[in-house]
Amino acid sequence: MAANGGRTTRHIGHALLRAAVTLSMVVILNFILFRVIPGDPAKLLLGGARVSVTAEQLEAQRKSWGLERPLVPDQLVDYVSATLHGDLGYSFKFRGRRVAGLLLERLPATIALVGIAQLIAIVVGVTLGMYAGWRRGGVVDHITTGASLALYSTPSFWVGMLLVVIFSTALGWLPGYGGYSPGALKGSLDLLLDYLRHLVLPVSAVALGLIGQYVVVSRAAMSDVVAEDYMVTARAKGLTDLQMLMRHAFRNAMLPVMTLVTLNLGYVVAGAITVESVFAWPGIGNLTVEALNARDYPVLQGIFLLLGVSIVVANLVADLTYGLLDPRVRQ
Amino acid sequence: MTEPSRSTALLLNVDGLSVDYKLKGLSSRAIDGVSFALRAGEAVALVGESGSGKTTTAMAIAGLLSPNARVSEGEVRYRGERLPINDDVAMRPHRWSETSVVFQGAMNALNPVHRITKQIAEPCILRLGLSRSEATVRARELLELVGIPADRGAAYPHELSGGMRQRVMIAMALACRPSIVIGDEPTTALDVITQAQILKLFGDLRSKLNLALILITHDLSVVAETCDRVMIMYAGRIVEDGTVADVFAQPKHPYTQLLIESIPNPANGKRMIRPIPGDPPNLVNRPSGCAFHSRCPSAMTVCATEVPSLDEVRRGRVACHLHRPLTQEDKVAIHA
Repeated sequence: MAANGGRTTRHIGHALLRAAVTLSMVVILNFILFRVIPGDPAKLLLGGARVSVTAEQLEAQRKSWGLERPLVPDQLVDYVSATLHGDLGYSFKFRGRRVAGLLLERLPATIALVGIAQLIAIVVGVTLGMYAGWRRGGVVDHITTGASLALYSTPSFWVGMLLVVIFSTALGWLPGYGGYSPGALKGSLDLLLDYLRHLVLPVSAVALGLIGQYVVVSRAAMSDVVAEDYMVTARAKGLTDLQMLMRHAFRNAMLPVMTLVTLNLGYVVAGAITVESVFAWPGIGNLTVEALNARDYPVLQGIFLLLGVSIVVANLVADLTYGLLDPRVRQ
Repeated sequence: MTEPSRSTALLLNVDGLSVDYKLKGLSSRAIDGVSFALRAGEAVALVGESGSGKTTTAMAIAGLLSPNARVSEGEVRYRGERLPINDDVAMRPHRWSETSVVFQGAMNALNPVHRITKQIAEPCILRLGLSRSEATVRARELLELVGIPADRGAAYPHELSGGMRQRVMIAMALACRPSIVIGDEPTTALDVITQAQILKLFGDLRSKLNLALILITHDLSVVAETCDRVMIMYAGRIVEDGTVADVFAQPKHPYTQLLIESIPNPANGKRMIRPIPGDPPNLVNRPSGCAFHSRCPSAMTVCATEVPSLDEVRRGRVACHLHRPLTQEDKVAIHA
C-alpha cells in the first residue's frame, strides 16, 4: 500500500498547489479589477462628481491614501501585504468602518440563510433524486423530475416574491422582511424564535431552487449507476434491492453529487444576492447590493475576495473528498 | 474447501422453456421451447450469433432475466425442484449459492469503488452468514485458488489487468460454492494468451470443484478447448446438440456446418472468413417453418412451412428436416 499512500499524498499536494496558485491569481485580479474601473477614488471620497473640490484637496486626499505612488509594485505590494494581514481597508459608505468588520458582521446572517437552505436542499433533493433515479419511470420519478425542472429553472428571487405575496402579505403567517422584528423582545429564546420565523421564507426561496438542482443531478447520477454492469453482478450475487442500493448504488451515485455539494458550499459565504434583496436579509448578498449602489469599492473588493477565496476553498474540498470517495481519482 | 463429490447427478432440467420480452407493447420471443439437461461436472457451450437466445437461456437459469422478460412456457428444474424464475424475490436464494455467473468484461462487472477482497467477501457475509473476518479469510483463499496472491485483494479493480479482473470475477463466482457456473462470454474482452489462461483456469476449477459449466460464446475455438458438449442456438431454439468431438467432426445441421466453415484456418489455406449469407430472422415477426430456411443452402419446401423439432439422432440431437423421414414432395429443394 506504500505506492497507494504515495499517490494519495501526491494527489493532495497537487490539489493544494493548484489552490494556492488560484488564490494568488484571485488576489491579483481583484487588485487590478478595482484599479481599472473608471472613477477617481479620491474624488469619490470627497463627495463624488456633484461636489466641486480644488486640485489641492484632491492631491492631499490622494497622498493620505497612498494613491500617488505607482500601482506596481508599491500599491500592489501594499494591497497583498494588507490582505494577508486581514486588513481589507475602509468602507466609503459606512465612514470609518473597516471592510473586514463589515463582512464579519454580515457573515452569520448569510451563513444561517444559505447554510440552512443548503442542508435542507441536500437532504431533500438528494433523497428525492436518488429515489427517482433508482425507480426511474415510476410515479415518484415523474412527479419529482417535473417539479424539479420547474424549480431549477425558476429564478429564486421570483419564488421569493411569490412566497412573500402568499405567506406574508395575503396569509400573514410569516414575516417577509428583515432579520428580526422591531420593538422590544425579551429573552434569548424569543429572540431566536423570532429570528427563525424570519428565516423561513428566505430559506425556502433559496432551498427550493437548490432542491431542483440536487434532484436533477442525483437522479441522473443514480440512473447511470443503475445501468452499470456491477449492478447486474450485485443482483446475481443474490443481494436484496435495499442491499444493492446501499452497498453498490448509493456511494457510486454520490460521486457527481458530492462535487456539486462542495462547490455549492462556496456560495454559503457569498450569499444569495437576489433573495437577500427581496427579503432585505441583513447578509453579505444585501451588503453587495448596498455597496454597489453606493459605489463602495473597498467593500465590493472585500466581498469579491471573500467570494473568490471561498470558491477556491470549496474546489479544494471537492478535489480532496472526491479522491476519498473514488479510488480511481487518486492515481 | 471440502472435497467435492465426483457425482454426475442431474442438476438442471430445462423443459420447453420459452421467454418473451415486452418492449413498447410489442412482444418478442427470445427463446422458444428450449430443452436440455445438465449434469454435475459437465461443461456445456451455448453457441450462437447475437440474438440467438443463448444469453437469455443462461440468464433464465440464473434467475437474472430483466424485468421486461417473462418465462411464458416451460420450466426449469434444479435438483428436481421447479425454479420460480418469474419471481425475482423467490429466486434470490438460488442466485450465487447454486448458480453463479462470470460476466464478460470484468472491468464493469466489478464495482470500481470497492476493494477486491471486499467484493469477494460480500456474498460470503450476506449469503453464507460468515462474519467479516471469516469472509475475508475465505476471499483470500479464493484469490489464491484463482492464482492471484491474496495480498492483491487490497487493490481496486482499475489497478488490475483485464485477465486479473476476470480471475477476480471467477473467484467471486465461487464464493458461495455453487454447483453451476455460467460464463457469459468470459474471455471476449481479453487478448488470446490471457484468454487461454482463463479457459485453463475454468477447466482446472471445474475438475477440482466438480462444477457444471455453461459457457456462452460465439467463439467456436473457445468451445473446443473447454467444453464436453455444445449446443448450437439459432433464433431462440437449439438446433443442434452433441459432444464437441461429434459436432466439430460431423456437424449435422446446415447452420452448424456453415458456422464451422466460416472459421478461417490459415493452416489449411483457409485465410478468408466465409460469412453465412443473409441476416438473422426478426424475432417479433418470426418466419414460418424453420427459422434458418431463408439462409439455408439445403432448404426444401417443407422447411418453409413446418418447424423441425429437436429430435434425438444417433449421436446427439438436431432440429432439421434433412434428418427426418420425409415424403417426396416435402423434399423439393428451394434454392435449386
